[in-house]
Amino acid sequence: MIRTRGLRKSYGALTVLRDVDIDVPRGEITAIIGPNASGKTTFNKILLGLVRPDSGEILFDGQPIQGQAAYRARIGYMQQLARFPENLRAADVFEMLTDLRGKQGERDDELIDTLALAPVLQTPMRFLSGGMRQRVNAALAFLFAPDLLILDEPTAALDPLSSSSLKDKIRRERARGRTFILTSHVLSELQELADRIVFLLDGGVRFAGRPVDLLKQTGEGTLERAVASVMRGDRSAARKLELAR
Amino acid sequence: MRPILRIMRYVLLDVLRNRWVIGYFLFFLVASDVLLRLAGTGPRAMVSLLNVVLLLIPLVTIVFGTIYWHGQREFNELLLTQPVARSSLFHGLFAGLVFPLSAAFVAGVSLPLLLHRAIGPESTGILLLLLTAGVALTGVFGAIAVLIAGLVQDRLRGLGAALGVWLLLAVAYDGFLLWIATTFRNHPIEQPLIALSFANPVDLARVLLLLHLDVAALMGATGAVFQKALGGPAGTAAALAGLGLWTIIPGLFALRAFRRRDF
Repeated sequence: MIRTRGLRKSYGALTVLRDVDIDVPRGEITAIIGPNASGKTTFNKILLGLVRPDSGEILFDGQPIQGQAAYRARIGYMQQLARFPENLRAADVFEMLTDLRGKQGERDDELIDTLALAPVLQTPMRFLSGGMRQRVNAALAFLFAPDLLILDEPTAALDPLSSSSLKDKIRRERARGRTFILTSHVLSELQELADRIVFLLDGGVRFAGRPVDLLKQTGEGTLERAVASVMRGDRSAARKLELAR
Repeated sequence: MRPILRIMRYVLLDVLRNRWVIGYFLFFLVASDVLLRLAGTGPRAMVSLLNVVLLLIPLVTIVFGTIYWHGQREFNELLLTQPVARSSLFHGLFAGLVFPLSAAFVAGVSLPLLLHRAIGPESTGILLLLLTAGVALTGVFGAIAVLIAGLVQDRLRGLGAALGVWLLLAVAYDGFLLWIATTFRNHPIEQPLIALSFANPVDLARVLLLLHLDVAALMGATGAVFQKALGGPAGTAAALAGLGLWTIIPGLFALRAFRRRDF
């Protein structure tokens, strides 16, 4: 569904993505993992058109998306930290996005009920707690029943009940054929959800494939240990290279 | 056009609940009421109001505009992940900035005039011009604010730049013109002074009003020059066109910066 080739992005002297080739197959959950500042959020933002790549190509169902806006009607996005215009109420935000998308068709209000948002819909966003905003954020991502959902650290600010409701929702929607791109620091969570993982390290793709393949390759029992083992291996290789110089 | 109007509707909903805009409206309401009580309903009140307009509209618009543009991160991040083009978002946000400020000014100035029954047949034209000049200045300084906020990402430095531009255009510039006029008073400097006035939107707005109030000599060097050279409809049209350009040119540069920006 999504294919990137040779994606590069630098902020001044700092290169965040170097020639990144990633494929996101339709109907699967692809998890982007990696340590802090490995380029995960930048990759998501490039897909959404929030950040402009220096070079490279992004295809959405075979069509290049750079400079376009219409393709975003097929994407639902849940950002890491929910930011909303302060004086608007949650109900205004839902109405605004419905208005902008001009969609009266399929609307998925399930999360508004499941995440118990009804009592806060009339409250200005500035009075909502971080967790409550994040619930609004989750409900918005699913609202228009999009083909592709990009969820950046979706459960980070959620309480256990909301987090498990969201994970159930992800599983149900995946079973209905929706495609997901997930990033999370909680690797155990990704292990239970992800069909594929893409491991970004220092702006490059270090591994891409099924989680079981990474476990096999590293001989570890969990994703967390497998990732740690790859990072340790890279560090000691880098140290050896440094010493050899 | 429709996405712009839709965005503007929600930006307005957000901005109209902002305390700054309400305070701005109340200020004009009180200021024009007090001036009408102190200076009566004649041209003196209009000149006093004009001085308030020429200083305050640029200051409030450029400061509020710079802060507002930096603070629209929430709208930007939310709306740019939707099927909304960057240019539509830009125009929606810009209209959402200029429209409430203009409305607060127009309503704040007009309401006391209506209540004091101060609008007679001869003052209607002047009042309309005063309102036009105020709205035009809101557009100009809104565009400059948006350009500053687009170029200077740091909020505090942006605010400093905004205050610097205001000080230069609304305060220091006329002193500079006066200095030129007195230093070169024995030379034919009318044409250069007219050109220099077009280089400053505050002077343009002043000229627009003074051409219709018989008090040009009281209002600085540029007013006197314009009265002589550009009195009549041609002068009004030239000043309005100048103000239009002062909105469009910084606005286009700001749009360019907005299109290239990473969010």
